[in-house]
Amino acid sequence: MADRYRDGVPVVELRGAVALLGTFPALAGVDLTVESGEVVLLRGPNGAGKTTLLRLCAGLVRPESGSVEVLGHDLVRERRSVRRRVALLGHATGLYDDLTVTQNVYFWARAAGLTAVEATGRVTAALLRMGLSERLLGQPVHTLSAGQRRRASLAALVVRRPELWLLDEPHAGLDQSGRDVVDALVGDAVAAGATVLVSSHELERVAGLGPRVVTISGGLVVDDTGRDDGGGHGV
Amino acid sequence: MSEVRRFLADARMVAARDLRIEFRSRVVVGQVVPFALLVLVLFGFALDADHRTLRTFASGLFWVAVLLSALLAVHRSAALEQSDGTMDALRMSGLPPAALFIGKATAVFVQLVLLEVVLLGGLLVLYGVQVVDPALLVVAGLLAGVAVAAAGTLYGALASGLGVRETLLPILLLPVLAPVLIGATRAFDDALGAVAVDGWAWTGLLAVAALIATVVGALAHGVLIED
Repeated sequence: MADRYRDGVPVVELRGAVALLGTFPALAGVDLTVESGEVVLLRGPNGAGKTTLLRLCAGLVRPESGSVEVLGHDLVRERRSVRRRVALLGHATGLYDDLTVTQNVYFWARAAGLTAVEATGRVTAALLRMGLSERLLGQPVHTLSAGQRRRASLAALVVRRPELWLLDEPHAGLDQSGRDVVDALVGDAVAAGATVLVSSHELERVAGLGPRVVTISGGLVVDDTGRDDGGGHGV
Repeated sequence: MSEVRRFLADARMVAARDLRIEFRSRVVVGQVVPFALLVLVLFGFALDADHRTLRTFASGLFWVAVLLSALLAVHRSAALEQSDGTMDALRMSGLPPAALFIGKATAVFVQLVLLEVVLLGGLLVLYGVQVVDPALLVVAGLLAGVAVAAAGTLYGALASGLGVRETLLPILLLPVLAPVLIGATRAFDDALGAVAVDGWAWTGLLAVAALIATVVGALAHGVLIED
């Protein structure tokens, strides 16, 4: 199948996207276009629809109406073609408690289609990149702190080298060094040409990347004014 | 790598992961197997400690114990994919749902075979049964194990999707497994010399049940984990 994304089509293109959580319209007709290499900061109050928007872009939520295209593919019909190229960091870690950190990340690397050689080469590097000490790599995940689990979860995404990052409150539960690691990770992803949509209440952390700021409220994009000036507007 | 080899590699990876988790958590060894043995002992109490009565009903009691214990193993298998966002991560990984199904069913099958071996030991020791056709016993045990593992994995995913895994799974799964219970019991009756039936004929039913459960499970699993 031709990959229209390669021909300059936006990485994310939502047209009148409506998504329901039960019967509640979490997204009430969102229009949003994100070009390749952009960093988009989603902001808005709790319950505005930021998480649903990110999950919609990951193909984990079906649009009730409207169209959703990611990396040039229609997410309703072709979501399996897209997902391996997209990384979603949500509120959960996606890790198995009884496997070690290394076993978890290796499993997800292989599940994403990497060969054993590729996975082996990337896993330890990704874990150390996330600031996890070698002592922790052989420990079961259930013995880790919440922040360490968050870092391991990020490592499981890093090994896949996704083209689109969807980060939902990526700094949550992390200490100062963990937050720095996340910031560096986002910077590296952008430098490598990836596109990033990040939902965060810590605006000053993302401001350094000069993101385009999109404000969501009541399931709608209410402001899409452009670059953040680093002022850390409260929401 | 060809599509088939890739598919089999994915399934093997999932099975190895589930078995590794089980090896670490020891839920089957520490909880499911003791539960199954306890059921056998309780059946013994309920039917009096008369070996002749127990030998007559040993096959049926064995398979009822297997099915009740399988519910725990299936529940455990399904629960792995519901903890801390692992199902979302699986969806995002692009892993073929059919490979995921085959891998998880294989892991459950391996655990069921272990369970059957231990329970058979229980039958020999507690009920005083004798095996007169070991080949039939093995074939029937393996075929029924495949059927139970495949149907259990499928219905485990279904019950998880409905959000009422603990309570709904037995109600959904046990009626579906009734033909397996009947076929496996008849085959074991013959293999243990308890009743004069053609046990090999019943393995045909078990083979069909195993095939249907596996094919339907592999085809339907994608729909179940997505919707």
